[in-house]
Amino acid sequence: MGSYIWKRVLTFIPILLIMSLVIFFIIQLPPGDYLTSYVAGLKAEGQIVDESEMDSLKERYGLDQPWFVQYFKWMWGILTRFDFGYSFDYEKPVWPVIAEVLPMTIVVSIATMLFNYLFGIPIGIYSAVHQYSVGDYCFTLVGFLGMAVPNFLFAILLMYGTYIWTGTAFIGLYSNEILLGLQQGTLQWYDLLLRGDFWGRMAIPIIVIGTSGTCGTLRSMRAQMLDELGRNYVLCARAKGVSERRIIYKYCLRAALNPTVSGLSGVLSHIFNGSTISAIVMNLQLVGPRLYSALKAQDMYLAGTILLVMGFLIVLGTLLSDIMLAWLDPRIRFSGRRAE
Amino acid sequence: MSNPDKKALRAAKKAEKARIKEEKYYLASQWQLMARKLGKHQLARLSLVILGFLYIVALFGDFLAPYNLTEYDANSKDLPPTAIHFMYEGEYIGPYVFKSEWGTLKMSVAEMSKAKKEAEARGETFSTRQIITDETTPLKLHWFVHGSSYKILGLFESDLHLFGIEGGKIFLFGSDNLGRDLFSRIILGSQVSLTIPFAGTLISFVLGLLIGSVSGYFGGTVDNVIQRIIEVLNSLPSLPLWMALSAAIPAGIPPVQMYLLITVILSLIGWTGLARVVRGKFMSLKNEDYVLAARLAGVSDMKIIMKHMVPGFMSYLIVSLTLGIPSMIIGETSMSFLGLGIQAPATSWGVLLKEAQNVTNIVSHPWCLIPLFFVVLTVLAFNFLGDGMRDAADPYK
Repeated sequence: MGSYIWKRVLTFIPILLIMSLVIFFIIQLPPGDYLTSYVAGLKAEGQIVDESEMDSLKERYGLDQPWFVQYFKWMWGILTRFDFGYSFDYEKPVWPVIAEVLPMTIVVSIATMLFNYLFGIPIGIYSAVHQYSVGDYCFTLVGFLGMAVPNFLFAILLMYGTYIWTGTAFIGLYSNEILLGLQQGTLQWYDLLLRGDFWGRMAIPIIVIGTSGTCGTLRSMRAQMLDELGRNYVLCARAKGVSERRIIYKYCLRAALNPTVSGLSGVLSHIFNGSTISAIVMNLQLVGPRLYSALKAQDMYLAGTILLVMGFLIVLGTLLSDIMLAWLDPRIRFSGRRAE
Repeated sequence: MSNPDKKALRAAKKAEKARIKEEKYYLASQWQLMARKLGKHQLARLSLVILGFLYIVALFGDFLAPYNLTEYDANSKDLPPTAIHFMYEGEYIGPYVFKSEWGTLKMSVAEMSKAKKEAEARGETFSTRQIITDETTPLKLHWFVHGSSYKILGLFESDLHLFGIEGGKIFLFGSDNLGRDLFSRIILGSQVSLTIPFAGTLISFVLGLLIGSVSGYFGGTVDNVIQRIIEVLNSLPSLPLWMALSAAIPAGIPPVQMYLLITVILSLIGWTGLARVVRGKFMSLKNEDYVLAARLAGVSDMKIIMKHMVPGFMSYLIVSLTLGIPSMIIGETSMSFLGLGIQAPATSWGVLLKEAQNVTNIVSHPWCLIPLFFVVLTVLAFNFLGDGMRDAADPYK
């Protein structure tokens, strides 16, 4: 098991490197760069520009050199100094800008993932075991609807709903009281995790971000379970008098969980998709809106780092799911390969 | 001929028909069998009808929409859907509407203060600028009217529209904040929203088939490199990646180019899933006896792939393509909604939904949510169709 994990970890290093290259190539695609247009803008307004500072920034990140030289400088900074570059828009290094919103993004993502599995898996099992019952039809309908409604539309509908029922639309992740505490520094993000009012408010974003993924998990879990329930070993177990409960939870579920577990990274990337756009619509203090504004303003290091962090987390999710699969499925543990 | 003879003859004919039917079943190609199974799937059939209808509407959009994309009317901002009446003064005169637009109320000072007090009692603010509906003259709905000119299927010039009224405007789904007809814009927007996923799917199809088959057929280092690239692309969340790519589209390029670029961006990520399916199928098929036989007979690699192997899993590909379309629709809608996709003067359902971005706008003009209905309907229909096709393509079901 140990050597298996080690092998897996090693294969993720080249993936991360290729990923960073792809990301950097994409974010430098827009013509021009932030500094040049920024300086031009300042000069047009008749302001004095500190040329030496601009030059030192250009020099440091190699902004006047070809993109792969810039890439190597960026990578070198990350690997040696943990320096992800400079956010021109916020006028400070990228890492503090992201660190403000990253913990909460991870909290929301993990909470959404829990929501996804806690609802998706049991309902999927229920639907499969009670196939073609009234409950199954209801959940199937809900599942298809949930998959068909894009996250941002769901966000709009919920905002509209809260406005109709309570008189104020749901906007922002924190209540005014918490926001004040965060700004004054009397509260830290981890203090919020113990507060009931925070989680009450959090429910809406989690539902908005998680519903489509949950419906996907529900559908695939149902299909897998139905597949397993039709196998011969189930017939054999029934003939031998094994209780139905035991057949479902001890045999079928274990086999049916396989694709759901290996789909963990897919669920995570689904959550990032959803949280990016919902956060922009609902004005949540997560990385999504920062990515959006960074892309619009050509603040390339900020945009690149956010994409890189998201990619890294998803790769980490893949690693976790591989380890979990190995624990769940002895065939993988021994052959060292993922079952296709 | 006596009666029993006739009966026997009829029975024989019936048996003959049943035999032909059965023979047809056994002689049917794989595709015919799939179509037959799909026809039995109620939801898939319904979805096919709905999608067919939507695409036909999109095809003849310029003719069906009463107005074009640029027509606006400053006096018709944010009007609710126009009501269509049939009876006028107790008499049936066919469908007609009343002219309705923003205007200033003409009233005396005393009347105004009274109206103001009444409005305040209801908790509203009173304004003399109101929607005024002229209920004295019915404007009849005419069929096949001449309006703005367009090109039928991009070929023939025409200015004929299915319906319209003279001396006023008709807004079946209300109007937007520039006084443009939402109904026309939804129809014309569908031309973009419904075709981008198709064009994108076509590109992903070619890419996925090509790259997947190369990866699966040759194996080894080529396969390894391609698999790593797919893994990287899969490890990046698609929406942020799409956003980053579309941020690179320069502002102010012509709509046709913008359309093509967005299509390419959407398909750049869509091919990976297909490539995986193709590769997996190749891996399992390349050791089959018939492929070995073809190779021994000296058939070229390309011909083995295209003639012998691809037909073996074509149905799976089409299913996975159909199931991939909804995510492309949602992708295009989301990007246009954020202002990173299709941009004015062109329009799509996502662009129309931009109006629904703030809650106060939805509360005062709920009809701006109508495009949402079409997005959900289309995505649902493609999901059901894909589901039906998956069942139909599975020979064991």
